[in-house]
Amino acid sequence: MTQSNLSPKPDAPDEPDISSLPVKLSVQDLNFYYGKFLALKNIGIDIPANRVTAFIGPSGCGKSTLLRTFNRMFELYPEQRAEGRILLDGEDLLASRGDVALIRARVGMVFQKPTPFPMSIFDNIAFGVKLFESLSRIDMEERVEWALKKAALWDEVKDKLPQSGASLSGGQQQRLCIARCIAIRPEILLLDEPCSALDPISTARIEELIAEFKTDYTVIIVTHNMQQAARVSDYTAYMYLGDLIEFGETEQMFFKPRRRETEDYITGRFG
Amino acid sequence: MKNDSARMAHFLRRKRTNRVALALAFAAMLFGTFWLAWILWETLRLGFESLSLSFLTENTPPPNEPPGAGGLANAIRGSLAMVALATFIGAPVGILSGIYLAEYRPQGWLAVTIRFVNDLLLSAPSIIIGLFVYAVIVVRFQQFSGWAGAAALSLIVIPVVIRTTENMLALIPSGLREAAYALGAPKWRVILQITLAAARAGVITGILLAVARICGETAPLLFTALNNQFWTTGLSGPTANLPVTILQFAMSPYENWQHLAWGGVFLITLIVLGLNILARTLSRDASS
Repeated sequence: MTQSNLSPKPDAPDEPDISSLPVKLSVQDLNFYYGKFLALKNIGIDIPANRVTAFIGPSGCGKSTLLRTFNRMFELYPEQRAEGRILLDGEDLLASRGDVALIRARVGMVFQKPTPFPMSIFDNIAFGVKLFESLSRIDMEERVEWALKKAALWDEVKDKLPQSGASLSGGQQQRLCIARCIAIRPEILLLDEPCSALDPISTARIEELIAEFKTDYTVIIVTHNMQQAARVSDYTAYMYLGDLIEFGETEQMFFKPRRRETEDYITGRFG
Repeated sequence: MKNDSARMAHFLRRKRTNRVALALAFAAMLFGTFWLAWILWETLRLGFESLSLSFLTENTPPPNEPPGAGGLANAIRGSLAMVALATFIGAPVGILSGIYLAEYRPQGWLAVTIRFVNDLLLSAPSIIIGLFVYAVIVVRFQQFSGWAGAAALSLIVIPVVIRTTENMLALIPSGLREAAYALGAPKWRVILQITLAAARAGVITGILLAVARICGETAPLLFTALNNQFWTTGLSGPTANLPVTILQFAMSPYENWQHLAWGGVFLITLIVLGLNILARTLSRDASS
């Protein structure tokens, strides 16, 4: 009764049980440190392939920190450290001795604030592609068009590809960043509060995209907006103070949470 | 009622204080700009008189010639060559050092030390830099030279460019860097194509301001390039330049030299003014 203001896809078909799904990303015994501060405590979670998984929880719970371990983003900061295993298709990406760039080509990330590069719209997309492939001019144009269409931005920018990426509106910029990310054909999309700097209409467009993306990608979204998690995700994980409290099917999480803490947060009694 | 009148009195007092503060600020502004405007006016008035075609085409004349004879061609040429060379050396060194300070271990001991030394260099009196280059280059080669002058000027360019480059790179939001790294870009590419590109206008502004600064520097050239009455082609001997020529001519009792000194002052003012306006336009374009 307390959840009446939330409507997590009431007509959605029942999602299969998580354990029966193929696992894309398996986090095992993960501890994360900011200097001496333990920010993630012994996290274990299996993220299913080709589904949308949302991480929710109050500020500082570690959901963004967790997301930033999936592409080893934290390595940019020498005082940050991760221990444990994160298996991407069975291979530990934390232990990988290979170039971190190859991991990031498979695990794309979109950030909270739109970050167009100081170059043309075309080059914004081509920048990432050029890092991994040397395409002919025509192939590159095709790829840019493909990515922009996937991000539902093509019709708005097709006549101004040479213009600066910064000339677009905030919502368009964020879709440009999404296009830039999928242009290098990742397998996983990490979305770190991708709509928190956007207006409701831009947010709705990006949520539509997320629903389409799961046929091709494994989508992992961090959001502080519970309604958004309910709208877009198949599975939801609730985190609090560096612990993973509960992980399950989104509908079950919002209607019948198994843990008292989850229910308190979801119903707004806390958080 | 009583409360109302008290509030009104308070309000009026606030308005009065505001008016007084505004008037004081305005007076201070007037006082400052008055002198600036006067300097500009005198420079333009006296300098403009001595402008002629020969001013740009003829070399510095002997003393006591009739006014209008001779020009500053050799000094202009020497200044141009030394300023260009100093910028050519100083700007790349400054930009690369600025990149190091901002992008590689900005809190490491080396960066902290460099930043401290750079601040010292930035505020060091330029005559010290002139003496240093005199001791290191002029004494060793037993020769005043344009090379030494350019070296001294580049030592003034470097700290200015380091400081502005570092500051401009530090203003770039870390999200932009992270977004580039998240695509798998290597560090050198992130710096060259993303952060440095985003800070481009600011970095160029820093270089322009450094050029403006060395255009009028006299002290570093006194002990290094010295001066020369004649047209020279290289930089291996004493080299004529605008600031030292102005100093020498303005201090002289000869009227034709004093005229030319004003002409030189006019020229430098114009160049510095132009560079500053250019720098300002650039940084405004960047922020919009």
